[in-house]
Amino acid sequence: MNERPAALGHPYDDLEQQRDAATMGMWLFLATEVLFFGALFVGYTVYRIAYPQGFSEASRHLDATLGAVNTGLLLTSSFFMALAVWAAGRRRRRLVLLFLLLTMFLGLGFLGIKGFEWYQEFRQNLVPLPGLTFEAGGDFPQQSELFFNFYFIMTGLHAVHLLIGVLLVGFFAVLVWRRTRIGEAFIMQLELLGLYWHFVDVVWIFLFPLLYLLGGT
Amino acid sequence: MTSVTTTSQGQERHYLNAGYSIRSWLLTTDHKRIAILYLLTITFFFFVGGAMATLFRLELLTPAADLVSADTYNRLFSMHGVIMVWFFLVPAIPATLGNFLVPLMVGASDMAFPRLNLASWYIFLLGGLFTLTMMIVGGVDTGWTFYTPYSTAFSNSAVILAIVGVFIAGFSSIFTGINIIVTVHKLRAPGLTWFRLPLFIWANYATSVIMVLATPILAITLVLVAVERLLGIGIFDPALGGDPLLFQHLFWFYSHPAVYIMILPGMGVVSEMIAAFARRPVFGYKFVALSSVAIAVVGFLVWGHHMFVSGQSIYAGMVFSFLSFLVAIPSAIKVFNWTASLHGGSIALDTPMLYALGFIGLFTMGGLTGLYLASLAVDVHVHDTYFIVAHFHYIMVGGMVMAYIGGLHYWWPKFTGRLYPEWWGRISAILIFFGFNLTFFPQFILGYQGMPRRYHVYAPEFQVLNVMSTAGASILAVGYIFPIFYLLWSLRRGERAGPNPWRATGLEWQTASPPPPHNFERQPVVSGQPYDYDAVATEESLRDE
Repeated sequence: MNERPAALGHPYDDLEQQRDAATMGMWLFLATEVLFFGALFVGYTVYRIAYPQGFSEASRHLDATLGAVNTGLLLTSSFFMALAVWAAGRRRRRLVLLFLLLTMFLGLGFLGIKGFEWYQEFRQNLVPLPGLTFEAGGDFPQQSELFFNFYFIMTGLHAVHLLIGVLLVGFFAVLVWRRTRIGEAFIMQLELLGLYWHFVDVVWIFLFPLLYLLGGT
Repeated sequence: MTSVTTTSQGQERHYLNAGYSIRSWLLTTDHKRIAILYLLTITFFFFVGGAMATLFRLELLTPAADLVSADTYNRLFSMHGVIMVWFFLVPAIPATLGNFLVPLMVGASDMAFPRLNLASWYIFLLGGLFTLTMMIVGGVDTGWTFYTPYSTAFSNSAVILAIVGVFIAGFSSIFTGINIIVTVHKLRAPGLTWFRLPLFIWANYATSVIMVLATPILAITLVLVAVERLLGIGIFDPALGGDPLLFQHLFWFYSHPAVYIMILPGMGVVSEMIAAFARRPVFGYKFVALSSVAIAVVGFLVWGHHMFVSGQSIYAGMVFSFLSFLVAIPSAIKVFNWTASLHGGSIALDTPMLYALGFIGLFTMGGLTGLYLASLAVDVHVHDTYFIVAHFHYIMVGGMVMAYIGGLHYWWPKFTGRLYPEWWGRISAILIFFGFNLTFFPQFILGYQGMPRRYHVYAPEFQVLNVMSTAGASILAVGYIFPIFYLLWSLRRGERAGPNPWRATGLEWQTASPPPPHNFERQPVVSGQPYDYDAVATEESLRDE
């Protein structure tokens, strides 16, 4: 009987089977995530069609420039994530560490800007929470509130997903830093983390135009 | 490898005697042990939910309110629904029989992700703890459907705890679903092609697809309800221009497919039992297999039939009505094929077969009355009456619970290595069948005569049928309690089963009972069609000569 590789887990016969199964499991998980966000997109779209003026009025309160900068940050972070996976495949430990750190910092930068935006909206009385006044102004204040309800839930859930991603990337960076070499299991896990990171990025690609660019000029 | 197959006492080593410590159970990643953990948990919830049903069936014995107040009654039926749907029916077959049998039937040594499998049980347990806390602090009164704006703005019950419990439990079904799908795709034994898979696998596979694709919608919808109730961030709030109907769309987009989560695995169990006890291959195997997939797909497109009277567009209603009728086709394919499989078979009326035959009859009743409800005009008349209560209990209890208990008997020898006492098994199967019909058939008539559901008082002319229903429920309760005793008894006193007491086909019968920790001593290889009972018969007759 051949020696089992260290990276090979219990129900599997070989590494390729294990890798296929893990990848498929991750895609299925991402499918659940798509539907999780999908319901929000559907709800948003229903109201967007029902209340076009109120939604575009409310959308103009958002800072499209900051949103665009954040889009750039996330897209770049995905690029570095892909590079980290590439470097891991070639066992370039230091490069992997560098790319993971860059990915993490760009993610943190996104969260910082997002937090700043939320703070701005808090200052402008645009946070529809009990105990706070909500003053969107305009002709459709209630529909604007509906917009901001979606805005905070959708960007909030996205930020939670990104925060989890940042923590995981940080954890992987620590692993790379402490280990002397990159094993098969690590490469597979990093690929899966990459899939998750790209997914979170893609969600934002849809959120940005829907929320920020709706108001027009 | 022979050194590990026996314990120090010289017994054969199997998954039950592989370790006796509590730790060896609570930290196990063996799918068979996790199945047992699930089995114990859902049995507990089944009797909790059953206790609530007992209370409100007693209340309904007389037209007046004499046992519980209106408010308590609302909480009882709501918690009955929440517990039975999410803490019994949804996990019933996939997480117990499915967990145990899927790797065995595909010839794998475990589920694809054993640790995820264990995590799913802990998550289920956590959701269950929230639900029990909810019950202790006073319960929930929204019905199992949590309709807004009642659940967000008006209810004074523990809605948040209930929602958190269901939300958390949802992840356990997603994890089970992912595990089953990946196991079936990636861990099949050599030679086990898709059309050689047992129909139980097809059914659980289709169920898993629904669990993975529908449950997230429930999760986000419940998050939105919780946010609206706790923080006033309204998504469905009419005061802001929000639409409560949107909630119903999202809720039923999960919950209608969830109905198929609660019946498809039962169909898989019945297919196995019919073949084994009629000693014949399942007639139209491919049609039965693909009809599971068809039900899963079409099941995603019919949610609007729950909203015929909610103010939905009449044109949407017509489309949903038509699509709902379509579901009858794959369902009928199954029923006709099972019946055809019986034709010319040498039928043995053992306990599992009694349950399987009961399932076919009761599911047919439930399915056909579903067509009444899918017809727009009839639905207006019977909507929110006992007719619908009877309809879905024929599917859920007459169908799924019968299949589940039948399956539990059929695979009990595989689970435990012991046979259950056959005579007691038959008695309780018959009690359950008659008790069930006496409980729920009168409700069809009550509903058709116009008795609305969800009220704790009713007009005096409905009393006779309600007394029949309550009498039936008490017979049903006895039928459900019997197996607890004789199955536990069989653990020590039951006759030893041997690997294959039913002389059935399928890989799960080709290993020891109970199976060794890694299921098979050597990797099984499949070379023929499933349910090849003709070959079994030939082999047996040759051996007899």
